[in-house]
Amino acid sequence: MKVLKTIKLFIGGEFPRSESGRSFPINFHDSEKIYANIAQASRKDLRAAVEAAEVGQKSWGFMTAYNRAQILYRMAEMAEGKRHEFVGLLKDTLGISDKEANKQVDEAIDAFIYYAGFADKFQQMSAAVNPVAGPHHSFTTPDPVGIVALICESHFDFGRLVSNIASVSASGNSLVVVLGPECPAILQPLAEVFATSDLPKGAINLLTGHLKELYPHIGSHMEIRSVSCQNEDTEILYEIKKLGTSNMKRVVPRYENVDSLKAITDFVEFKTVWHPIGT
Amino acid sequence: MPAAQIKVPGGGRITIPHYPVDRVGTTERANSFTKRSIKTESKLDALYLALSMVDLTTLEGSDTPGKVRQLCGKALRPMPPAMVEQIEKEIGKKIRPIPSVAAVCVYPSQIATAAKHLRGTSVELASVATAFPSGQLPADLKLEDVKRAIKLGATEIDMVINRDAFLRGDFQTVFDEVVAVKDICSDEAHLKVILETGELQTYDKIRFASWLSMEAGADFIKTSTGKATENATLANTLVMLQAIQDFYDDRGRMVGMKPAGGIRTAKQAIQYLVMVKETLGNEWLTPQWFRFGASVLLNDLLRQIMKQYTGRYFDNHYFSLD
Repeated sequence: MKVLKTIKLFIGGEFPRSESGRSFPINFHDSEKIYANIAQASRKDLRAAVEAAEVGQKSWGFMTAYNRAQILYRMAEMAEGKRHEFVGLLKDTLGISDKEANKQVDEAIDAFIYYAGFADKFQQMSAAVNPVAGPHHSFTTPDPVGIVALICESHFDFGRLVSNIASVSASGNSLVVVLGPECPAILQPLAEVFATSDLPKGAINLLTGHLKELYPHIGSHMEIRSVSCQNEDTEILYEIKKLGTSNMKRVVPRYENVDSLKAITDFVEFKTVWHPIGT
Repeated sequence: MPAAQIKVPGGGRITIPHYPVDRVGTTERANSFTKRSIKTESKLDALYLALSMVDLTTLEGSDTPGKVRQLCGKALRPMPPAMVEQIEKEIGKKIRPIPSVAAVCVYPSQIATAAKHLRGTSVELASVATAFPSGQLPADLKLEDVKRAIKLGATEIDMVINRDAFLRGDFQTVFDEVVAVKDICSDEAHLKVILETGELQTYDKIRFASWLSMEAGADFIKTSTGKATENATLANTLVMLQAIQDFYDDRGRMVGMKPAGGIRTAKQAIQYLVMVKETLGNEWLTPQWFRFGASVLLNDLLRQIMKQYTGRYFDNHYFSLD
């Protein structure tokens, strides 16, 4: 007997249904046949995800960069192990060819490895010892901003999704990701990768649902420090920016690929420390 | 466990009754309180009420006078005026004044510091005593602990029962210790008796210990020290609330209730309030008869109050850590 999948949310390392009990079906590409039922996150699920992210950030952000790099690399390994699942899912739900699906999975795995390598190196490229006029050492170093909400684009690309997640995560931010409407089913295998890579619970949380319902709460939530917005709807971007003024949220529109160092440093804060020169 | 005969001061005996507690029924009923939906104005009322019932507590080896001073400031004025102003400006109207909490609860060594800041205010000063949290000291030293706490300015005493004696079945010793502490408290201090439910093992024993403490003169009964592996739960609080109700029906004396430890969120606090209302009624829904022993709960209550007014979820960073 074939069992229809119900794909749940990924919050705090667990797979809960939406607290609202709601779900929506998605179909196989160009078909009336149901592929899976997807949990439809409510504002309370978003709140729970942010609370989980707060806990997760305390572990993830305070790990050594080297340890974070190891975990990101582990994600690449786990994703490689799920290659057939990813490829099958992309083909079934997006209707893309085997070659294109494999290309996207390759890009996703490469992104994990790339940012694993970068996780303990970007600091050296972005930090500085500042020339100051006085008997002080002055250093500037990057710190993660905290909790970042990542709003996915409506046109799905697995490689870009992973690249965005890994780049924000590499510096120690925790993430609440709202997946786009085109391929929400990716949540399940992707969450399984995160759940089996020694990632601290809550460091990455994945939600599926209707963005129109969730974005006002993303914009107004005081705990979300920054938003990476890939969604092309300028009205949503405008509203998030407006609501985000309440806690000076950094809202970064991310419609195109950017330089990888910038992809990381857009979500860090630079901290400058002055230290007196001892005798 | 059987009913017990206890000798009372001045001669005579009383019976501490034993009614077996239906474990399944208690658990089911306690779970039912987590299903209530309290929204909008009712929720705001509940949040304000819960806030006014908090015994803001710090019971750490690392407590310092500085930390206690800060805690007293927060107890008196839980939300900084600047934040109130900001909310009022944002929503364009005045908000209901945020009340002070009910009490500050500290170790005896910090009473003097807390007393300086709380004297003359509406906030009570509670001190744990009787060798909190274990209660493992000779009886005379425990009583000395209580006398000193009251002398230093404590207006409420949170004592622990002698679990060693209780678990050995020596209920007379437990009773006598509570009576002795109550004598010292007299009219000067309210007496809260901590059962440490996590160490009593069964609901039957929790109910029995509740009755024993109330017979001995407890003004409040309290679930736990916050130092055991299991602290307040809805179920063990429910058993104690029912004991309070039965004691009131039998003896005609109201006794207060204080769950402590593990109540960290406004949502949990509201569940407790619903349980009190549905078990004991509105008379107990005041800081005089119901308290929360908590510390981080206060921040979540403030967060939720701000959410109710502004519609925005707030960040812990807007509130002090302790």
